Amino acid sequence: MLMDYLITFGVGGLICVVGQILIDKTSMTPARILVVFVTAGVVLSTLGLYEPLVEFAGAGATIPLTGFGHTLAQGAIEGAREHGLLGALFGGLNAAAAGISAAVIFGYLNAVIFSARTKP
Amino acid sequence: MDFRQDTDKRNQAAYAAMVKQASPNSPILLNCLKAFLVGGIICCIGQFIGQLARGPLEMDAKLAGSFTSVVMVFIGATLTGVGIYDRIGTWAGAGSAVPITGFANSMVSPAIEFNREGLILGTGAKIFTIAGPVITCGVTASLVAGIIELIRMRLGG
Repeated sequence: MLMDYLITFGVGGLICVVGQILIDKTSMTPARILVVFVTAGVVLSTLGLYEPLVEFAGAGATIPLTGFGHTLAQGAIEGAREHGLLGALFGGLNAAAAGISAAVIFGYLNAVIFSARTKP
Repeated sequence: MDFRQDTDKRNQAAYAAMVKQASPNSPILLNCLKAFLVGGIICCIGQFIGQLARGPLEMDAKLAGSFTSVVMVFIGATLTGVGIYDRIGTWAGAGSAVPITGFANSMVSPAIEFNREGLILGTGAKIFTIAGPVITCGVTASLVAGIIELIRMRLGG
């Protein structure tokens, strides 16, 4: 149990360190980092490299945005198996629907409720 | 993480120059340690929510994953709304930007500034400043993943 959390902490932290190195060493903005991470997640998942990491680290692999890419890729692959080309088209968003819906709805509500404030 | 720089392209170069001047010798090692700590903690919170979903809430693995995403996104969006997440972001850098809570932050943070331009074309549009490219690239790449699977099946893999 404690070991699970240590692995989650270590792997999740290391994935974030990769992002930090990209921010510090290149002129990539955080927005680009997010795009690169999601796309990298899709690629790694398609190559079958991400699933073992999820089995090993659980939320340490699924919570970073690479895990979001993994969800998209596995959804599209599953869709392709069940419904062919049509499934490959909608399978990705289908699998990621909960996260994206929540982000749009909670994001919009929060942005509307809280007026613009001076940022730190 | 502060996403405002992405909303104003003209100021991007000036902003980058300013940041460079303000932090002449960026302590990369320290930044990485901060990112590691905060990123690790956020993932552990996700792990806890996932175990809660699979255990006491009796969800299957797939539903538990969705549940975890929804709760984490809710936390990220709300903490951004009340102004806490961006404060964490200035300290943690990628540690708070890379987890899915950072994805929620990237939607609320630009949108909250554009309330005055209206709730539909202001907030409603700006919410996708960063999430738009992320979803576009992710979904397009997922179609490629699906097509590769189709080819693999056709080849009898």
